Amino acid sequence: MKPSPFIYHDPTSIEEALALLQHYSGDAKVLAGGQSLMPLLNFRLSAPTALVDINRIAALSYIQQEAGQLRIGALTRQRTLEFSALVREHLPLLYEATTLVGHLPIRTRGTIGGSLAHADPAAEYPAVATVMEAELVVQGPKSQRILRPEEFFLGYLTTALASDEVLVEVRFPIPPPTSGWAFVEFARRHGDFALVGIAALLDAEGEQCRRARLATAGVGPTPVRLRAAEQILEHEGLTEQSIEAAAVRAAELVEPQSDLHASTDFRRHLTQVLTRRALRQAKARSQERQG
Amino acid sequence: MSEQRQLRLVVNGEVRTGQVEPRKLLVDFLREDLGLTGTHVGCEHGICGACTILVNGEAARSCLMLAVQADGAELLTVEGLAREGRLHPLQDAFWEHHGLQCGFCTPGMLIAAYDLLQTNPTPTEEEIRAGLSAVLCRCTGYHGIVRAVQAAAECLRGGEE
Ligand SMILES: Cc1cc2nc3c(=O)[nH]c(=O)nc-3n(C[C@H](O)[C@H](O)[C@H](O)COP(=O)(O)OP(=O)(O)OC[C@H]3O[C@@H](n4cnc5c(N)ncnc54)[C@H](O)[C@@H]3O)c2cc1C
Ligand code: FES
Ligand code: FES
Repeated sequence: MKPSPFIYHDPTSIEEALALLQHYSGDAKVLAGGQSLMPLLNFRLSAPTALVDINRIAALSYIQQEAGQLRIGALTRQRTLEFSALVREHLPLLYEATTLVGHLPIRTRGTIGGSLAHADPAAEYPAVATVMEAELVVQGPKSQRILRPEEFFLGYLTTALASDEVLVEVRFPIPPPTSGWAFVEFARRHGDFALVGIAALLDAEGEQCRRARLATAGVGPTPVRLRAAEQILEHEGLTEQSIEAAAVRAAELVEPQSDLHASTDFRRHLTQVLTRRALRQAKARSQERQG
Repeated sequence: MSEQRQLRLVVNGEVRTGQVEPRKLLVDFLREDLGLTGTHVGCEHGICGACTILVNGEAARSCLMLAVQADGAELLTVEGLAREGRLHPLQDAFWEHHGLQCGFCTPGMLIAAYDLLQTNPTPTEEEIRAGLSAVLCRCTGYHGIVRAVQAAAECLRGGEE
């Protein structure tokens, strides 16, 4: 047996799951796709008293279009998002990022909610949620909270979720049809966590840029919105010079850590290169969609 | 020993039942309780892919699932690929194109390739390499495996090899 013993619950409703989490007051873990939690259990880095497996809660798995948003249930599998026509059409940035999450067999089980709740600094979804200004719907035993990504991601593997709360839904505003997008990253091997990733979303008309949004993965404990770089594009438009200036600014805005995988300097360099690439690609896509 | 749970599932087309502790991994249940040792265990944390099986038709790591989670599910392991004594076209192609040496990665490689071809029947070489990055092989250098998957794709599309 790899994991240490735990009491196992597999509730079929959100209410039951919340009651169980409350009952164990902090000694229970939610089990979603298990693609991050199971390794921790197998290594016994995590040894909770109980597991609350939410995989049998059908009400947590859906993709709905409502009020100018795509609303996605937290248990929706990454694989489901990858093959969803709605996601492809309305959230091409989420689609592109999804194909970069591990490998297909990982995405078969891994969920969107699990990735956000796990809050790995190098993960793709937290950067996408940040750049798209998604709303994270968090359900507690008594009430529901809707958090912005800046309020949800607090630090390395740390979110605003209390131990008796469950992330139930993620709401992505559908960007205007002529927006351009890109998720670009650099990883050592295909499917590995990225050293650095950049998510870009541009609402543009010709070379004019109504709104530019940029967010990072892998260069800090949480995703970073690169507001000062965005402003360069909004003021100066999408010229080669302004894209270059924004890329240079992006690298100044991040404070990456050195670790086994890459030095601070290398990560900063990657931030600049990938920001440039992401902006060029997003601009090209926006122009393509404007016809 | 803590509580035991009953489970009932379909493995390679046969109904199987078992009784397990909830912490038992699916891969260990397959190997130890059902005697299906074709599925290999390598890293036990999702990286190597040796334990990849089909769960309800989709490839997944059996080292990152609890056996109890497979209650009611339909699984396909490498033992279920051959039909009526005939190897699956992927297995034939691995044989033909030297897609294996020691064979440790092969069960996971075959299942990952199976899933790749069912989601993308006409993959480019680049797509095959990206898809197979889901499973690590320490022996072959991958070239034979890529050729095998290309050949199997062609065969499954009904083309001539
Ligand atoms: C080989 C490999 C490669 C990977 N590569 C990448 C990669 O490149 N990019 C990437 O982003 N990820 C990667 N991952 C991680 C994977 O994407 C996971 O799916 C994800 O991190 C966690 O999602 P999960 O559904 O599996 O959650 P779980 O592992 O089940 O849970 C993760 C954590 O979140 C909590 N949790 C889960 N769901 C909820 C919820 N609804 N409410 C409250 N808390 C919850 C759990 O309690 C746990 O603490 C990889 C994993 C593997 C094994
Ligand atoms: S044993 Fe499951 S991925 Fe390595
Ligand atoms: S054949 Fe030996 S690991 Fe792949």
